[in-house]
Amino acid sequence: MAAPAQAAARDDATPALAALLRHSLFRPLAALAVLLLIDLVAIPGFFHLSIKDGHLYGSLVDIVNRAAPLMLAALGMTLVIATRGIDISVGAVVALSGTVAAMLIGGGPQAELPLIWAMAAAMGASLLCGLWNGVLVSALGLQPIVATLILMVAGRGLAQLLTDGQIVTVYYEPFFFLGGGYFAGLPFSLTVVALVFAVIALMMRKTALGLFIQAVGINPVAARLAGLKTASLIIFVYVFCAACAGLAGLMISSNIKSADANNAGLLLELDAILAVTLGGTSLAGGKFSLVGSVIGALIIQTLTYTIYSLGVPPEVNMVVKSVVVFLVCLSQSAEFKKMFSRARAA
Amino acid sequence: MKSPYFTPLVTVVLLFAMLGIGGAVYPGLLSVQVILNLLIDNAFLLVLAIGMSFVILSGGIDLSVGSVLALATMISAWLLQVAHWPPQAVIALVLVLGALFGGGMGAMIHYFKLQPFIVTLAGMFLARGLCYLISINSITIDDPLYLAMSQTQLGFLGGFVSPSALIALLMLALAIFLGHFTAFGRGVYAIGGNEQSALMMGLPVARTKVLVYAFSGFCAALAGVLFSFYMLSGYGLHAQGTELDAIAAVVIGGTLLSGGYGYVAGALSGVLVLGTIQTLIAFDGTLSSWWTKIVIGALLFVFCVVQRLMAMGAARRAAA
Repeated sequence: MAAPAQAAARDDATPALAALLRHSLFRPLAALAVLLLIDLVAIPGFFHLSIKDGHLYGSLVDIVNRAAPLMLAALGMTLVIATRGIDISVGAVVALSGTVAAMLIGGGPQAELPLIWAMAAAMGASLLCGLWNGVLVSALGLQPIVATLILMVAGRGLAQLLTDGQIVTVYYEPFFFLGGGYFAGLPFSLTVVALVFAVIALMMRKTALGLFIQAVGINPVAARLAGLKTASLIIFVYVFCAACAGLAGLMISSNIKSADANNAGLLLELDAILAVTLGGTSLAGGKFSLVGSVIGALIIQTLTYTIYSLGVPPEVNMVVKSVVVFLVCLSQSAEFKKMFSRARAA
Repeated sequence: MKSPYFTPLVTVVLLFAMLGIGGAVYPGLLSVQVILNLLIDNAFLLVLAIGMSFVILSGGIDLSVGSVLALATMISAWLLQVAHWPPQAVIALVLVLGALFGGGMGAMIHYFKLQPFIVTLAGMFLARGLCYLISINSITIDDPLYLAMSQTQLGFLGGFVSPSALIALLMLALAIFLGHFTAFGRGVYAIGGNEQSALMMGLPVARTKVLVYAFSGFCAALAGVLFSFYMLSGYGLHAQGTELDAIAAVVIGGTLLSGGYGYVAGALSGVLVLGTIQTLIAFDGTLSSWWTKIVIGALLFVFCVVQRLMAMGAARRAAA
C-alpha cells in the first residue's frame, strides 16, 4: 500500500509532502479518510449533524460514542504492546468489572451500595487483574500471551459464577450517565476517553515514562542493564491496561443498563489488538502511537458502521475485518516490501 | 528427545488422582463407560490438541482452530444438505481445505515474518466470517453415513466407544509417530528450540513451518468432521473458544509454550484432565458449570508456574 506512495514521493514530490507521506499516522488516517469518503458517497446524510435538546446527534457522534470502550481498551493495549507484550484478558476484565459494579448496585431503583463505592470496587477488581497479569509476566517471566490466557479463561468464569450466568439488570438511573449521558452536548463517554488520553499522553510526553516503556520494548535486557526498573514498568503497563479495560467494562454495562458476564467484551481484546496494529504500532514492541490506536479504534467502528449502513449482511463484517488485518500485517512486513519493490524493479 | 521437565508425568499423576478421589466421592464415576465417555465426548478436542501440539512445539500458536472446526462443519453440512454431494467426497474436500487454510497461514507467517499470533487471529476471523457467509443458521445433517458414524457403538473393554473416538486415537498414534520418529518431527523440535540454529544446521525450516500449520489446519478440519458426526449439524457458532481449550490441554499436557519441549502424547493427558474436570463437576451436581473455567484457569496457572520454575532451576544448574 505504502510502497508506491513512497516511491512516487521520492520521484517528484516536495520534501514536505514526502515527509507527510512517511509520517507514521499517514496510513491510518488515509484508511479512515477512504472509509469516510465511501460513507459520504454511499450513505445519504452521513455527515449531517443536528442538535436536539442541546445534544449533538448524527452518524459521526454515534460512531465515536460506540467506539469509546474500544478506544479505552486500545489505549491500554498500546502500552502493553509497546513493551513487547500482549494482553488477551481484556474481554474477561470487561465482563468482571461490569458484573461487580452491577451486582453491588443491585436490581432496585435505589443503589444497594453508593455508586462511587460500587464503581471503585469494580475498578479495584480490574486493578487486581492487571496486577496479577503483570506479576506473572515480570516476576515469573511467563510469556505474556500465556500469562493473560489464564485470566482470559478464568476471569470470565469468575464473572459468570458471580451472576450464575444470568444477566444482571440495573435500574439505578445515575449509573447510566457514564455510558449514555451527555456532557457539554457530547456523549459523556467521549469526555472519559479524552481524560484518559490526556493523562496518559502527559505521562508519556512530560515524564520519561514513555521513553522507558519504549526502551523495555526494544530490548528488555539492555533496558534492565541500563538501570531501568523493568519489572515495575511491566507491572505498570498491565495494571494500566486492566484499568482501561475495567473502565470500558463500566461504560459498556452502563450503556446497556445491565451486566452480561457471558457476552460483555467478548473478542474485545482482539479488536483492541487490531486497533493498535491499524494505528501503526508494531507488535514487535518499541515504538508506539497513542493517537494511532485511537484512530485505529475509529477505523474499526467506522468500518462496522459502514458495513451495516450499506445493507451488507453483518456476517460479512468478520471477513472484511480479517482481510483488513491481513493487508495491514503485510504492509508492515519488511519482507513483503522487499518482494514488492523487487517486483516493481523487474 | 530428552526433556528435563517432569510435567508430563505430573499430568498423568494428577489425572489418576482426580479420577481416584472422584471415584471415592462419587460412586459410579469409575465405571468403564464413564471413562470411555471422556474419550467419546472429547474426541474432537483431542484431534485439535494434537495439531496444536505441533504448532506449539515449533514455537508458534494457532488461534484459528476453533473457527476452522466450525467452518468445516458448515461446509460439510452445506455440501451434504444443499449441494447433495456424496459424504466421502465432502469429507475429503473439507480435510484438503483445512490443510490448505493452515498452510496458507503458515506461508504468511514464514515468508513475510509475521507473528503467528496475529496471522492466526485474522485466520480465526476469516474462518468464522466465512461460516456466516454460508448461512447464519444451523444446518442439520441427515446423511446416512453421518448418522451411522454418530450412532455406531463399538464394543470395547465391556463398554463402547464411538468411531470418532477411534479415529482420534488413530490420529494420536500417527502424530506420535510423526513427532518422535520422523525427520519432520525432529525438525519441529529443532525449530521450537532455536530457529536460527535449525536454519544453520541446514534443516528445512521453511517447509517444516508451513507443514506444521498445514497439519494443524488439517487436524482442525478433521475435528470439524468428528464434531459434525457428534452434533449432526453445521453451525457458525460451533466450538467457540475451543482454540483456548486446545492450548490449555497442550500446556496441561506438559508441552512448553515457548516451544521445543514436550510430548505429543501429552495432548491426550491434557484433554483427559479437562474432560475429567467437567465430569467431576457434572457428577457433583451442586457446582455450577462456571467452575470448569475457573479450575482450568487455576490448573493452567499451576502448570505454567511449575514449568517456569523448573526452567529457571535448569538454567541456574547450567550456569553453576
